[in-house]
Amino acid sequence: MSVLSAPVPLPLLREQIPAGAAWSLVLRRGEQLRLVALADGANASLLLHAVERPLERLCVPDTLKAQLQARVRPPMVLLSDAGRALVSMTGSSLDWHDALTGCSNQAQVHDRYGPSDYAADRNAWRQSARTGLLDELAKHGLGERDLAPTVNLFSKVAVADDARASVTFVPGHARAGDWVALRAELDVLLTLSTAPHPLDPRPSWAPSGLAVEVSPAEPPGADDPSRTFRAESARALAETERTVRSPR
Amino acid sequence: MSAPALDVVVPAGDGWIDVLPAGSRLRIVDLEGNQAVDTLLYDAHDPANRYSAVDTVREQGALYLSTGSVLRSTRGDALATIVQDTVGRHDTLGGACAQESNVVRYGPHTRHQHSCRTTFVRKGAERGLEPRDLTANINFFMNVPVTSGGGLTFQDGLSAPGKHVELRAERDLLVLLSCCPQLNNPCNGWNPTPVRLLRWDT
Repeated sequence: MSVLSAPVPLPLLREQIPAGAAWSLVLRRGEQLRLVALADGANASLLLHAVERPLERLCVPDTLKAQLQARVRPPMVLLSDAGRALVSMTGSSLDWHDALTGCSNQAQVHDRYGPSDYAADRNAWRQSARTGLLDELAKHGLGERDLAPTVNLFSKVAVADDARASVTFVPGHARAGDWVALRAELDVLLTLSTAPHPLDPRPSWAPSGLAVEVSPAEPPGADDPSRTFRAESARALAETERTVRSPR
Repeated sequence: MSAPALDVVVPAGDGWIDVLPAGSRLRIVDLEGNQAVDTLLYDAHDPANRYSAVDTVREQGALYLSTGSVLRSTRGDALATIVQDTVGRHDTLGGACAQESNVVRYGPHTRHQHSCRTTFVRKGAERGLEPRDLTANINFFMNVPVTSGGGLTFQDGLSAPGKHVELRAERDLLVLLSCCPQLNNPCNGWNPTPVRLLRWDT
């Protein structure tokens, strides 16, 4: 018999997402994804769609208003437009992930960083988050109508207490080594781009890659922090559990 | 002022969809005060190019909408401009109420209450819009203060009887709106009421 304590589960998947790239993965209920920034100033513009019904997708307004937040942070749940918790943010070294200011588009990337094309830049050809997300969604039969507001992991856009609620990008928010963990509450298609945040003021294109690790996750118990965060968070998890019933 | 090309009242809890030609102006009048009007805009000729709350917020550098706000699409195009606003501030973070989000926010007893999303689905279908065409909307006359600490609340509206907001269409638009039937928070002053729509063409 082993003298070791409970075995640490081996990662089911370990890989890296390059800087400025788009990526997608189906994360199954019972799995957890950990993303680690490989350089300073990381950004990951994230979309979520329910695998069984891609019509159902991440709803930033419902995520924020149900939990009375203007940002995403642990232990919030990320809600779909059908009132279900898609994933729970079980942990992060950062207490603020932007959900207010959307992702970069090709015109904005051109205006900020200048022209870029394949002939000159080969595979360093700069792709906006919108371009990359659309390319990646297309692999799953989804398109422009399936794009919704993103959560911009690792980025902070502060809100001022002024009459317009002005928004300002906070430079230097995420450093190399910062991380975020998402637990799938049902099977979800994650689509993300590591292109820079559209409000990142750095004059040169300096995206960060991410290290990815998928590992098994225990289902959220009665005392799970994402369930006890707010009554609304608990009801969102209950709505998922009401519709995704496990055999006993 | 010339006679309006359109003058209709949208009853409490009901919806409306129609084309707003480029250059025309749509005035939404909050007849009895504090009535949220959940609104979506589409390029009339290419509905995939639709209103984007987050692109609008980023490009204007502020969360609240008011006079001068350019309402942008997912492709970054200017769909409409707010040219008049006697309220001072409108929300675009709070989204629309739905049966399912009501359950999350208020409990299972609200599952069968009427909601903006149902109105959007029903009225949108009249012009070929499907649920995947629904996205984060504008909430005219709704007050959702956000704090620098990252908090967000739903509060009594700043609107009052007779206050209005007016949009100018920057291209031919399809406008879908819901006179919000929400009874569980102060966005409609706990009493959903009708709004009046007026349109002037150039």
